Amino acid sequence: MNIQYYIFLSLALFIIGIVGVLTRRNAIIVFMCIELMLNAVNLMLVAFSKMHHLANAAKDINAGSEAQLFVFFIMVVAAAEVSVGLAIIVMLYRNTHSVDVSFLNRLKH
Amino acid sequence: MKNLILLIPLLPFIGFLVNGLGRKSLSKGIISIIGCGVVFGSFLISGMIFLQETYSSTPIHYFDFINSGDLKIPFAFQVDQLTTLFLLIITGVGFLIHVYSTAYMHEERSDHFGRYFSFLNLFVFFMLLLVMGANYVIMFIGWEGVGLCSYLLIGYWFKNVDYTKAAKKAFVMNRIGDLGFLLAVFWIIQQFGTVSFYELFNADNGKVASLSAQNTSAVIGITLLLFIGATGKSAQIPLYTWLPDAMAGPTPVSALIHAATMVTGGIYMIARSNVLYSLAPFTLGIIAIVGAATALLAATIALRQNDIKKVLAYSTVSQLGYMFLALGTGAYVAAVFHVMTHAFFKALLFLGSGSVIHAVGGQQDIRFMGGLKSKLKITYFTFLIGCIAIAGIPPLSGFFSKDAILLSAFEHSAFLYVVGLVTAGLTAFYMFRLLFTTFHGTFRGTNEQLHHVHESPATMTIPLIVLALLSVVGGFVGVPEIFIQGGEKLSAFLAPVVSTPVHHISHSTEYLLMGVTTAIAIAAIAFAWIRYRNYKEEKNGAFAKIVANKWYVDELYNSIIVRPVNKLGAVANRYFERGGIDALVNGVGRLVNYSGRQMRWLQSGQVGSYVLLMVVSMLLLFVLQFFLRK
Repeated sequence: MNIQYYIFLSLALFIIGIVGVLTRRNAIIVFMCIELMLNAVNLMLVAFSKMHHLANAAKDINAGSEAQLFVFFIMVVAAAEVSVGLAIIVMLYRNTHSVDVSFLNRLKH
Repeated sequence: MKNLILLIPLLPFIGFLVNGLGRKSLSKGIISIIGCGVVFGSFLISGMIFLQETYSSTPIHYFDFINSGDLKIPFAFQVDQLTTLFLLIITGVGFLIHVYSTAYMHEERSDHFGRYFSFLNLFVFFMLLLVMGANYVIMFIGWEGVGLCSYLLIGYWFKNVDYTKAAKKAFVMNRIGDLGFLLAVFWIIQQFGTVSFYELFNADNGKVASLSAQNTSAVIGITLLLFIGATGKSAQIPLYTWLPDAMAGPTPVSALIHAATMVTGGIYMIARSNVLYSLAPFTLGIIAIVGAATALLAATIALRQNDIKKVLAYSTVSQLGYMFLALGTGAYVAAVFHVMTHAFFKALLFLGSGSVIHAVGGQQDIRFMGGLKSKLKITYFTFLIGCIAIAGIPPLSGFFSKDAILLSAFEHSAFLYVVGLVTAGLTAFYMFRLLFTTFHGTFRGTNEQLHHVHESPATMTIPLIVLALLSVVGGFVGVPEIFIQGGEKLSAFLAPVVSTPVHHISHSTEYLLMGVTTAIAIAAIAFAWIRYRNYKEEKNGAFAKIVANKWYVDELYNSIIVRPVNKLGAVANRYFERGGIDALVNGVGRLVNYSGRQMRWLQSGQVGSYVLLMVVSMLLLFVLQFFLRK
């Protein structure tokens, strides 16, 4: 398959994720968008890994395996980050009784 | 010996520091003792040097001042006969004036008293540097310094704005002359590569002494520029108007600075450079004409002045004109002789006038004095001696020095001689006008003042007596050959440094000249006696009005120079200073303020906008990395 298609798909997902992070007011939706960004990157890594494998399979049977390993790392980080982030949202809700991010302007002072 | 000579200027400098820094804590007695004592110490050392009778013109080197490539300017003193003479005059007359000041200024508050004496000591220090310097640069340090001290002392009563304006005028006019001096020094460096007097003038291998061509353009230029410096310092045309205004300062200051010492700096400088000036007869001619013109002009103005100190001020300008006339005709020794005698009788006259002012409680206008001779006996008698001396009546000192000058003028040009003669007559006339109006006749002041008129204390009258004695006998060091063989002791003394021209004149002519001068002086005194013995109000005709208004020179300078310069300054202030530089500097400040205000909006506290900023910057980075880096 043409690598370009995977690149465009990944890019589209990434941009949707960014725009979501910037514009959405609900904290949980923002988290979902962050997840979306991470997964877009995962997709791109896997696609390139397959490309390298197909190009070098004759010389080295394990070509392109580094990227797939990296994907695992990203997933681990994503999981950890989600747990911590959700904990923060719960505390936020307990203090302000909403999950609206536009109320988070205490840094102004 | 070297250290002893260093002490001569160092003592007054220490006096300046101690009195200046301790003025708030020392008592007036201590300040007086320190102030007078250091000058007396310098006088003693100068006397020792004078009595040792062996002089060398090699400079005494202390340390390197400026070493730049080939140019070496050391801090060195040169103590030869000319310097020693001036040292004695400065420290001797200076000491008497210091003693006089302790009584004259005793009503001042003690910290102002200390300030006065510290400035007076500083002045003596700079004047000593001027005469002892072994090169033009050290002389210039002293030259500038005495101008500074003149400013400080004229503006001593600084709360009076008129006095401070007079001080400013003195300083600025001095500065204009100093520019000429400085340019001359630069030219000397360019032309000869050295500024040391020994290297320039010594008879064996001096760079100037070995020149033979006369009136070369470089020598004329240098001598003219040096003379411009002298016109500023010694109050000749056109830079003389500061000296009458300088009478705003205390009277002892007028005596010391504007009669005996600072104003003679120009004459010293030219006498020191006599080898150079002898190579430029053109400049000498100009000096003689300027000197004679100044002498005559100032004498006419003094005829109608009514402030006792202003008369003496114009008299000083006039006598300085005489000294420059002598220099211009090549009679350097006669000029220095007149410096010496003038220091004696002019300081005497100024101190005497101070005594009078003190007696009548601050009044300086002679129209409101009169009849004081019975009440102020010592002051009157010494003032009389001073007047006789300045009029040039033999055998007082003024006669010998003035006659030497007139003799030299006669040999040079009949016109200059006539100008000098007329001025001598005018001098006798206005001085005795002053004497008779102030001391004879009836008292024209208030009864209150008459009640308080009293002779001054001993600390003021003793210096008067000493100076009167010096005015009487001071001339005997320069008795002409026709009276006493070998009487010209001063010429012989100064011969290694300053040459004396040989007089090609018959004895009978000399007798005739002396007789004519004396006769004119006596006639002038007789006229003054008849007119001013019982003072009547002076009616001013047209000429008298011009003269009483000082020939409107100040008004002329005001309209030609002062106002245009002020206007120029105002324009520069508005457009360059305010509009240009201030706008730039203030503009930077305003820009910083404005950008700060705008930047403040970034800190909204909204996390979302922070994330937006992060995304935008990352995008920019990517663009830069991938698309602009080739």
